Amino acid sequence: MISANLSAIFYLISGVLFILALRGLSSPETSRQGNFFGILGMVIAITVTFLSIGNFSSGFVYVLIFLLIGGLIGAFIAYKIPMTAMPELVAGFHSLVGLAAVFVAISAFLNPEAFNLGSPGSIKLGSLIEMSIGAAVGAITFSGSIIAFLKLQGIMSGSPITFKGQHPLNALILISIVVVTYLLCSTQSSNFFWALLAISFLIGFLLIIPIGGADMPVVISMLNSYSGWAAAGIGFTLENTALIITGALVGSSGAILSYIMCKGMNRSFFNVILGGFGATDQSLSSGSKEQKPVKTGNAEDAAFLMKNASSVIIVPGYGMAVAQAQHALREMVDTLKKNDIKVSYAIHPVAGRMPGHMNVLLAEANVPYDEVFELEEINNDFANTDVAFVIGANDVTNPAAKTDSQSPIYGMPVLDVEKCKSVLFVKRGLSPGYAGIDNDLFYKENTLMLFADAKKMTEDITKNL
Amino acid sequence: MEIDPFIFRLSIFILSIFIGYYVVWSVTPSLHTPLMSVTNAISSVIIVGAIIAGLAGDSNGIFNTSSIFGFLAISLAAINIFGGFLVTQRMLAMYKKKKKGK
Repeated sequence: MISANLSAIFYLISGVLFILALRGLSSPETSRQGNFFGILGMVIAITVTFLSIGNFSSGFVYVLIFLLIGGLIGAFIAYKIPMTAMPELVAGFHSLVGLAAVFVAISAFLNPEAFNLGSPGSIKLGSLIEMSIGAAVGAITFSGSIIAFLKLQGIMSGSPITFKGQHPLNALILISIVVVTYLLCSTQSSNFFWALLAISFLIGFLLIIPIGGADMPVVISMLNSYSGWAAAGIGFTLENTALIITGALVGSSGAILSYIMCKGMNRSFFNVILGGFGATDQSLSSGSKEQKPVKTGNAEDAAFLMKNASSVIIVPGYGMAVAQAQHALREMVDTLKKNDIKVSYAIHPVAGRMPGHMNVLLAEANVPYDEVFELEEINNDFANTDVAFVIGANDVTNPAAKTDSQSPIYGMPVLDVEKCKSVLFVKRGLSPGYAGIDNDLFYKENTLMLFADAKKMTEDITKNL
Repeated sequence: MEIDPFIFRLSIFILSIFIGYYVVWSVTPSLHTPLMSVTNAISSVIIVGAIIAGLAGDSNGIFNTSSIFGFLAISLAAINIFGGFLVTQRMLAMYKKKKKGK
């Protein structure tokens, strides 16, 4: 058994290692070392917990058994999961953090002596408040992430679910959370504790159902942030430095990612959270646009254009992930490069269903990361580029965001694809993108539409090169 | 008058938010997905609470309602710890630089 002071120092060390783990992610070279720091921090935290309890009785065996069961499941998932399913995986993992926080809070509420928080029925007020916050945020994270998971997995429709009185209902539930917490603290009655958990699960569910599929990058980041705040709440209850530091890190990380995603869509955080975007915009797009002529082409035309180009920029989007076209795309690019054509990739901040989604897919297909550029880095290059190859992206290239102040996406940063000498658009049909608006780019003189499955089209182009 | 230990924890918390803010802004956007999976893994350090809860069974036995929730939380957190770190490692291993002379 080690002293409380010594274990506190070790928890601090593991907190510092977690900071270094995130710091490592500032560049791909240092990131692997960062991940190692993270693992080390976790090993230290777990070992110190064992040593500080110092109770190597039969209960200890069960701890190891449950640890092993979880570990095996986790390792199995980590090796089996395809990279395209990363958003679902992350959402699923968030739900587990949330549920674990809820369970720890329940456990601490039922047996406060084990955590030095007082005795059942007279838990220290401060601890009870911290516990309630941890439990409520954990429950919201859990049910919210489950909905996000179901939407991403396609089990639940990605379209927003809205109903009358939604916002007043949510507001009412949020107020009742505060009221129930107050009642719990003043009466210490377990009924209020269970009620708090129940309404927190409910609000998590209600908060996420009105948010549409393409807003998932914001939702996932937000739930990431929540899982951090839940951990921090529990950290305060347990008076554990490692948990407090980690909770704060994860909480602010998720908040920053949400901010970046919102900025990428030029929408305010509240606008996303209140949901329902894209459901009411149908009437805005004028009917006359459908008559406009569109130039369509096939793989041979596309191959011809690219063969005669000296530079090509690839713009991938969610459609590429859906079609699993990243490997076929890499092969096409390899062929282009053999013909001395300069190829780079342009990634919009909200491309895909989670932050950095496209980068991971391209990395999986062995695309070197120094050929992949962010919007600000590459946007000026479109003007000097011969061909833009847009694969599975739509709204992020729509010039209406710059020119049409009536457009719902006006002000959103977009890739200046239209400045290229010619634009190739791989798409399954002329249907508007997520935002429900038409893309003027489809009707431009220098645009060639390639209507096909992204993977098949890319393979056909490679054959024709 | 002595300062409540809560204030010290609050200070750690607030300062950590600032550290998180600056550290995360310096994360390159191409690594945002690994960032999410690794933050997932490290927030599962909540397992320390789960272990304490699991080992808090009374003299009548290892399992009581409180410790069962602890044991379940251990498994949930362990899925995240192993899954989170391993999948991050798998992703990071894929990020390669351009080979020279290609």
